Amino acid sequence: MILFIEQLLNGVQFGMFLFLVSAGLTLIFGIMGVINLAHGSLYMVGAYGTALGMSWTGSFWGSLLIALPASALVGWTIEKLIIRLLYTRDHLDQVLATFGVILFLNELITILFGRSPLFLSIPEELSASLEILPGLNYPLYRLLIILVGLLVAAMMRWMITRTRAGMLIRAGTTHREMVEALGVNITLLNTGLFVTGAVFAGFAGAMAGPLVSVGVGMGEGLLILCFVCIVIGGVGSTKGAFVGSLLIGIVDTLGRAFLPDVLKVFLPPATAAGVGAGVSSMLVYILMALVLTFRPEGLFPVKGRKAA
Amino acid sequence: MKKLIKQALTLVAGTSLVATSIWAQSPVKIGMITTLSTPGGYLGEDVRDGFMLAVSEEGGKLGGTPVEVLIEDDGVNPVNGKQIAERFIERDRVSIITGIIFSNISPVVAPMARKAGLFYISPNSGPSQFAGAQCHEDYFVASWQNDTLHESAGIAATELGYKSALIMAPNYQAGKDALNGFKRYFKGQIVDEIYVKLGQTDYAAEIAKIRSANPEMVFQFLPGGMGINFLKQYSQAGLMGKIPQVLAAPSMDIKIMSAIGPGAAGIMNTSHWNHDLDNAANKRFLAGFRSKYNREPTVYASQGYDTAKLIASALRATGGKVLEDKTGFRAALKAANFESTRGKFRFGKNNHPIHHWYLREVVQENGKMANRIVRTIAEDHQDSYVSKCPLP
Repeated sequence: MILFIEQLLNGVQFGMFLFLVSAGLTLIFGIMGVINLAHGSLYMVGAYGTALGMSWTGSFWGSLLIALPASALVGWTIEKLIIRLLYTRDHLDQVLATFGVILFLNELITILFGRSPLFLSIPEELSASLEILPGLNYPLYRLLIILVGLLVAAMMRWMITRTRAGMLIRAGTTHREMVEALGVNITLLNTGLFVTGAVFAGFAGAMAGPLVSVGVGMGEGLLILCFVCIVIGGVGSTKGAFVGSLLIGIVDTLGRAFLPDVLKVFLPPATAAGVGAGVSSMLVYILMALVLTFRPEGLFPVKGRKAA
Repeated sequence: MKKLIKQALTLVAGTSLVATSIWAQSPVKIGMITTLSTPGGYLGEDVRDGFMLAVSEEGGKLGGTPVEVLIEDDGVNPVNGKQIAERFIERDRVSIITGIIFSNISPVVAPMARKAGLFYISPNSGPSQFAGAQCHEDYFVASWQNDTLHESAGIAATELGYKSALIMAPNYQAGKDALNGFKRYFKGQIVDEIYVKLGQTDYAAEIAKIRSANPEMVFQFLPGGMGINFLKQYSQAGLMGKIPQVLAAPSMDIKIMSAIGPGAAGIMNTSHWNHDLDNAANKRFLAGFRSKYNREPTVYASQGYDTAKLIASALRATGGKVLEDKTGFRAALKAANFESTRGKFRFGKNNHPIHHWYLREVVQENGKMANRIVRTIAEDHQDSYVSKCPLP
């Protein structure tokens, strides 16, 4: 039981990671209509920014002051130079252009930092673990990630439902032309949105830095999962991104943790371990297929939005 | 990447130009497909640098014959490996293919080399299928058969008195070879087997499983960046002191232990090579590597160096002929008439090495982490597939 709770927490923590990245992705895809494959690169920029910041300031918190503006700046530049030209183009052009951005940023990071991955350490004050239940010690840092994810989700919800900018974002998702016709500076809105998404992705990268190795192309594997999250949740919906991310995080983690054990009932242990690992890595895609079979628009479709 | 190849090419071109004017002999082309990017990229970098150290010792030659080494990065992607091999075979017309690090690439490339009638000499990957029934007279492994790395860890774990172990590896050929190798010699009970995704970075779920299974020890084969991530998270979870690990060389190289820091001290691991092996070839290699690259070599660098020296010994024997004298070159390779950095070295009938394995302990020396040899754990150890190999 304790093991189950611990694995559930691991799943939630992974889900929060996915949410930080997919929140920006769903806004950019849903509202601006742009498929941004380079979103994972912004995650990488955040992680490298943290690495750089840590070597300059020596503190994780100080490094956030470098990582977040760095990802904002890179996001702003990409939007200004590339994405802006793509709003009216079809998705294939967008995929090609943003794929080019991935290659460019990967090469740039290789030139700046070298090919060897960097390894950061968890800030001293967070390296302990907390006994949340008797016999269950959970690393403080991972708890913090869960907390931060929840905070960001709450903040986003508030921003989208309660503020003027959020109102425009909601309007832009469903009636883009109408918003433009009303004289709203849609260019500014798009830039703001893209930069916000970039900062979220960079923030996820910064939080990931101390846990995993910071390397070139680190965001690419994550990006595929994030696309799964937003498709399951419903494109353009932040609520969908949140639920989708949590679902994927939990399914992926619990699958990895328990599927081999379940299979051991029917199969010899060595085979079960291999088959279990194989099947559990497919599990999220099976889930996506299931969700799309019954809810082709995702779990939380944005009302009135034309299918992309 | 491009720059790198260009550098290698100009280096080789420069030296071979001189060579051609003296010997009027075109250089032997060696195609190196290796892993230079991804968290596993330092493995290929070290194989390459060890190999090129041997080439530069002779001023662009191996065994007195000018060589041209073409280097490309496979990014641990079998599709890339295949494309590079096609280019090397059809466009560049190489005679020897080497460099492959990961055992998801070698099963793709080795059969291509075989079909093209080229020599394949591995500096690292030694998957099980090519050591047994699918062995081939032109396929050589200068490093080790995959399983033997982990067999030595199994022997060590048994000798250290552990009664139960949880074992863990990535879900691909070398991972399966690793767990089979460990189980072949470990006499205790296997509590659980865990397969992870190749290239996985977060091990929270696996670490929770280890904590709850509470075995006497953990054996894991997570090469390169995977191992660093795992060990960091393992120590963050507070398990480093509680559940000890017995590892094979790829899971505890100098890069990994310096990333972990003092927390790695005391970890027992096994290898066929170490810095403190006292032989002339090893001393020459260490001195050369440190002065050329200004860093400490990993075990992979020693394997790259050995591979180059093996090729050099065969080129010397045939006077620089490779494909023009396949029988001669093959026999010269098999003779393994070179000084290996690991000391004693010979090939079994399946063209995989027979050599000693050592138990090592991670210690802190002058503020730096290093492996120190404790004792020899297996003498003249040979892989267990050799009996299935039909070669004479």
